[in-house]
Amino acid sequence: MKFKNNSLALDTTDLKILEALQEDAKQTYTAIGKRLGIAHSTVYDRIKRMEQYGIIRKYTTVIDAEKAGAKNITAIMTIYTDPKESEKVAEKLCKAPEVLEVYTSLSEELQIIAKVVAENQESLHEFIANLVAPLPGVLRIRTSIVTKKFKETQFSIGNDQKKLTFIRETHNKMGENKP
Amino acid sequence: MKEESISRILRTLPREKAFYFFTSIGNYTGESAASLKEFMGKISEANLKSLEFHLYRGDFEKWIAETLEDGELATEIGNLRSQNYSGTVLKEHLYNILTKHYEKLISKF
Repeated sequence: MKFKNNSLALDTTDLKILEALQEDAKQTYTAIGKRLGIAHSTVYDRIKRMEQYGIIRKYTTVIDAEKAGAKNITAIMTIYTDPKESEKVAEKLCKAPEVLEVYTSLSEELQIIAKVVAENQESLHEFIANLVAPLPGVLRIRTSIVTKKFKETQFSIGNDQKKLTFIRETHNKMGENKP
Repeated sequence: MKEESISRILRTLPREKAFYFFTSIGNYTGESAASLKEFMGKISEANLKSLEFHLYRGDFEKWIAETLEDGELATEIGNLRSQNYSGTVLKEHLYNILTKHYEKLISKF
């Protein structure tokens, strides 16, 4: 663990701790320490430091919505916007509980890509017609309803050495670019 | 119909109350209308798929009845649904109903 320009550069131990937490965030510092061959106090210190620096953003629960009884539909919305208004449109979308993820993308036009959930097709349409289309700066919207999910996962540190090296180098470079 | 009601039907609505034209679920064309006059104009230029989508979902009559508050026009458009028109024939009938109704309102105003 190194500090450079107020940012935290991760070493292999940090990455291995992150990997362990991603597998099971409920395991104890002692269990992680045992697995990595380091003291639990080291695990504690490093986790606290990574929390402080926002590298570990939060600990959450991944729910299988289907097993929980939710019969929702998922859709991907591509919203073409006036570039002057796109930030505001994206901010408004972030506030809507129906919207799970929001990204911007620049191809020929500025686009906002958002993942949305709704109870059914009708409620999806109501949401888009009443709350998204009227937002100032929205030029048009294309929506695709997801019919089958093949993969859905979070970014994982993984246990591949090449991946660890890549992540470490990338993170170091990002740290170097910070003012 | 009272002058007050006609004036209400012919008013320009705020943007969030406008009619937004879609071609299918979630696919917004970028066209909207915030008054009866503007709606008439948009119908004459609208994508045929969009007209069929909204007519057979009952969106036009719902917006006209609940937002513009013109029950008479909403009923006329609702009746058009049972005719099963499509494409340019549907567009022509829809546009004719709207222009006749609009002219009638203007003449009484």
